[in-house]
Amino acid sequence: MDMKEKLQQIAESARQSIEKAQSPEKLNDARLMFLGKKGELTQILKSMKDVSPEDRPKVGQLVNDARSHIEKMLEESRKKLEAAALEEKMKREVIDVTLPAKKAKLGHRHPNTIALEEVERIFVGMGYEVVEGPEVEYADYNFTKLNIPEDHPARDEQDTFFINDSILLRSQTSPVQARVMEQGKLPIRMIAPGRVFRSDEVDATHSPSFHQIEGLVIDKNITFADLKGTLQEFAKELFGPETKTKFRPHHFPFTEPSAEVDVSCFKCGGKGCRFCKGSGWIEILGCGTVHPNVLRMCGIDPEEYTGFAFGVGLERIALLKYEIDDMRLLYENDIRFLKQF
Amino acid sequence: MYVPDLDVTAQEYTDAMTLSGTKVEEYKVLDRDIDRIIVGRIEKIEQHPDADKLVVCQVYTGEKTIQIVTGAKNVAEGQLVPVVLDGGRVAGTHDGKMTEGGIPIKTGKLRGVVSEGMFCSIEEFGSNTDMYPEAPENGIYIFEEGSVKPGDDAIEALGFHDSVIEYEITSNRVDCYSVIGIAREAAATFNKKFVPPVVKATGNEEKAEDYIKVTVKDPDLCPRYCARVVKNVKIGPSPKWMQRCLAKSGIRPINNLVDITNYVMEEYGQPMHAFDLDTIEGREIIVRRAQDGEKFVTLDGQERTMDHDVLMICDQKKAVGIAGIMGGENSMITDNVHTVLFESANFNGTNIRLSAKRIGLRTDASGKFEKGLDPNNASAAIDRACQLMEELGAGEVVGGMVDVCSEVRQPSRVAFDPEKINALLGTSLSKEEMLEYLGRVELTLDEATGEIVAPTFRQDIHCLADIAEEVARFYGYDKIPTTLPTGEATTGRIPFELRVENIARDIAEYCGFSEGMTYSFESPKVFDLLRLPGDDPKRNAIVISNPLGEDYSIMRTSTLNGMLSSLATNYNRRNKNVRLYEMGNIYIPKKLPLEELPDERRIFTLGMYGEGDFFEMKGVCEEFFGKIGMHDRVEYRPETKRPYLHPGRQAEIWYRKTMIGYLGEVHPLVASAYGIGEKTYIAMLDMKSLLPFAGFQPKFKGIAKYPAVTRDLSMVVPRDVSAGQIETILIQRGGKILESYELFDIYEGSQIMSGFKSMAYSLVFRHQDKTLDENEINSVMKKILNGLSGLGIELRS
Repeated sequence: MDMKEKLQQIAESARQSIEKAQSPEKLNDARLMFLGKKGELTQILKSMKDVSPEDRPKVGQLVNDARSHIEKMLEESRKKLEAAALEEKMKREVIDVTLPAKKAKLGHRHPNTIALEEVERIFVGMGYEVVEGPEVEYADYNFTKLNIPEDHPARDEQDTFFINDSILLRSQTSPVQARVMEQGKLPIRMIAPGRVFRSDEVDATHSPSFHQIEGLVIDKNITFADLKGTLQEFAKELFGPETKTKFRPHHFPFTEPSAEVDVSCFKCGGKGCRFCKGSGWIEILGCGTVHPNVLRMCGIDPEEYTGFAFGVGLERIALLKYEIDDMRLLYENDIRFLKQF
Repeated sequence: MYVPDLDVTAQEYTDAMTLSGTKVEEYKVLDRDIDRIIVGRIEKIEQHPDADKLVVCQVYTGEKTIQIVTGAKNVAEGQLVPVVLDGGRVAGTHDGKMTEGGIPIKTGKLRGVVSEGMFCSIEEFGSNTDMYPEAPENGIYIFEEGSVKPGDDAIEALGFHDSVIEYEITSNRVDCYSVIGIAREAAATFNKKFVPPVVKATGNEEKAEDYIKVTVKDPDLCPRYCARVVKNVKIGPSPKWMQRCLAKSGIRPINNLVDITNYVMEEYGQPMHAFDLDTIEGREIIVRRAQDGEKFVTLDGQERTMDHDVLMICDQKKAVGIAGIMGGENSMITDNVHTVLFESANFNGTNIRLSAKRIGLRTDASGKFEKGLDPNNASAAIDRACQLMEELGAGEVVGGMVDVCSEVRQPSRVAFDPEKINALLGTSLSKEEMLEYLGRVELTLDEATGEIVAPTFRQDIHCLADIAEEVARFYGYDKIPTTLPTGEATTGRIPFELRVENIARDIAEYCGFSEGMTYSFESPKVFDLLRLPGDDPKRNAIVISNPLGEDYSIMRTSTLNGMLSSLATNYNRRNKNVRLYEMGNIYIPKKLPLEELPDERRIFTLGMYGEGDFFEMKGVCEEFFGKIGMHDRVEYRPETKRPYLHPGRQAEIWYRKTMIGYLGEVHPLVASAYGIGEKTYIAMLDMKSLLPFAGFQPKFKGIAKYPAVTRDLSMVVPRDVSAGQIETILIQRGGKILESYELFDIYEGSQIMSGFKSMAYSLVFRHQDKTLDENEINSVMKKILNGLSGLGIELRS
């Protein structure tokens, strides 16, 4: 039998052994049987010394071919076995994907804060700066500088908490207007959110402590029309693009002309429902062009500058937007309430 | 009346008035719930065959006779009564209970006898005997003979085909607290003619000054006092039209004299008072300040104490009224009055307001005076009252008026500048258009001076902005264009401290804490709840002078009570594992009593019960510090001094030699005082003190190129040596090459000598620029070990 035949025989018997090997161990046995130190192919190589020198390169070539052929078969089989093993493993690893999730227990922001962030986002986008002022405030800022002189009924104790004659708990965020104007940096575009206090007993719609967001714009050539446009944009951003606004004349000592603003009910779209008490409109804020007396008292020349101001009740927005029916819920901090936001 | 050409529905009216600035709060259609009620004449009454308490009436309704069964006691043959017919509705039951939408009435049988409707009491019309004093208590309404005939609309006859409109009047428009004022606005809104009442001259040949003298000693508090006299007064009921009018305004008709003063007050907005002239000693009215402590009995029979700032109406011997607030019992009108003195005065609004508040007596009159009335209106109103006295035959009006007037109010004048008005409003109206709108509310242009002249009742017109508002109101706010501000662009920004607060919120929420909000004021009792000693500086709280009650009377100096109360609410409601945070202020006075504004400090408060412990709370704090760029070592100093915290489980948090907060387990006694039955942990971070250390600019240090060497330290440590002390030594002695350390084991128990614990740290050394050699590390380790042995620490063998 010549060498070539012998090698073919070895290759054939290797193929059969490899095919029979159904595990990595068996495959390794097969490898050792043919390619190991005592393997059949190795034996042949060892017997090369018996081959005539002129035939050696040719025989060597044949042996190497056989070797690489066997190696290739081994490799293919190994891959197949591994793939089958992985397949088998994954079959065992099937899970019930409908089992409950493992959640990170995240906390929740207060609905007031969510509403405030929404309002801040809108106005910061329009170039407004967020400013804060003190909650315990001088009567001077809360009243006098807002065109509410000493004997004005609005200073009456029935609405305002006083510490003494000159210091009180601010009843509105408007004093921040005066504080910012006094700094004299013009133009001004600011909003001032914060806590305010009024002497109201606690019930479903009242709280002695609540939040307002004050807005103020002072510049040359600011008009009432600008106020209308700005608040219309705001209402659309806050309550949806379909929202309409209605400006009704009103009175505030620190603005003239003044207005109250209603938005079309975002629940019924203005047709009238229980939410808007059938009117189709919901009152959301008060506003107006800054009174020249206020500008003057804060050191701004009303002949040169004009401006507008507005004040929004934060709780009012939160209650409306999230359909919360009782203001007391906002200050109880029951986790079952807070979790919903 | 007043605006005769007005022809709009109630809905159109309210919408338009609201848009022009007279906001309609509510309008009530009086006949909304009543229908098919006519006048019937009772022709025959017979006993019901099967019921003792019922009678069967034959009632003529103008066309036919119908049968009504009734239980009413006050029916008699021949009476004219209201009958609701089959298919009609009444507003409520005879006990005054109203039913929304009304109660339908149908023909039916009462104890077997057919009744084709029902007789009505005034309550079934939706009113009451206060407003309809002629109506009997607990009985059917009976019409006066001759006033109506069978078949007439009873709803019409009683004046219920009407609407009552309630307005929200802004405080600057005192003139609109009157029918005339509203009518003027309505006329302007609909661009119709305003027709005020025609007041004719009244009075006989006599002169009022022969009856009464008026002396005003404090003209600053009483700019005007008008007095007129009516003699031969006949007290009796006022006519029905006047009674109905008052009833609709919610004013109970009393008698002709009282009704006339009330009517004029509603119509003109000017309160008036009537004295019995025979009770006025010396026939002189003296207007003066009260003496301090002066006692006075008002109309309602109450004795009240005055002070020097209260203005009194007096005669030569005694006080007869508190000016602008209430008359006295001693000069009250009785049914036997002969001669009446009418007062129509003007008082200083602020004085009236403050007096009414001090005395504790706020009346309809004072409510009007306190807004500051137009003195010019006083004489018009008193003339109107005298005219009504005459027209109603209530007495003989004496000629003339005693008028003590120290201030004739001049109309205010504002330079008219159409261009500026357009610039302010963002409109482009012509001068003529503006003048047309202004003219509707009697604001006229004085061509000579170029000024707009406002009538004296318009006390709200002072500057061009006020004129602009009037133009805008009648042009229509809705017609003003909508634009956005032009001009210099500004950068929107959220200030640094608010950004830091928002990060605090984010971190708290990642760690499972939800945001709560609590009041800034609380009860002084919380200091005891928190076990604060009597001299604790936290007890120095700002006190509110007019709080809602003791529970809301001081400004909080700590947010702890709010947090514990909120946790307690949750605990009571059986909510498990609750974690809350709050971002709120405390108020620290610099000095008490307060002279300047307090230090308002924002406190980031965290609180929890249920799952989690001290170290988890500490972890939340550290996550926060890390996130806002506080990368230096934060020190936790064990403390015992906060009595509301567990003495062995509290720590102050220090950063670069500043205390930035504290945390700990709530003292079990405090937790139980709040009703929290689980271990409760809190942390208080003072935002103002940590803000200077916060920053959002991380600097990249490069990723280490050279290998690290790890050494473990397993130690036996005296029990009272803290991890903090060990770590201080590690940091101080480890030097630059100590990259990090980590406590990986702590154990106390049977394997370890009592009084000791076992602790194991893993130290990581690395050099930025080279591979460390063994000798360098050994020398540092030696330094560390020396330091540790100073604390009595030994290496475990």
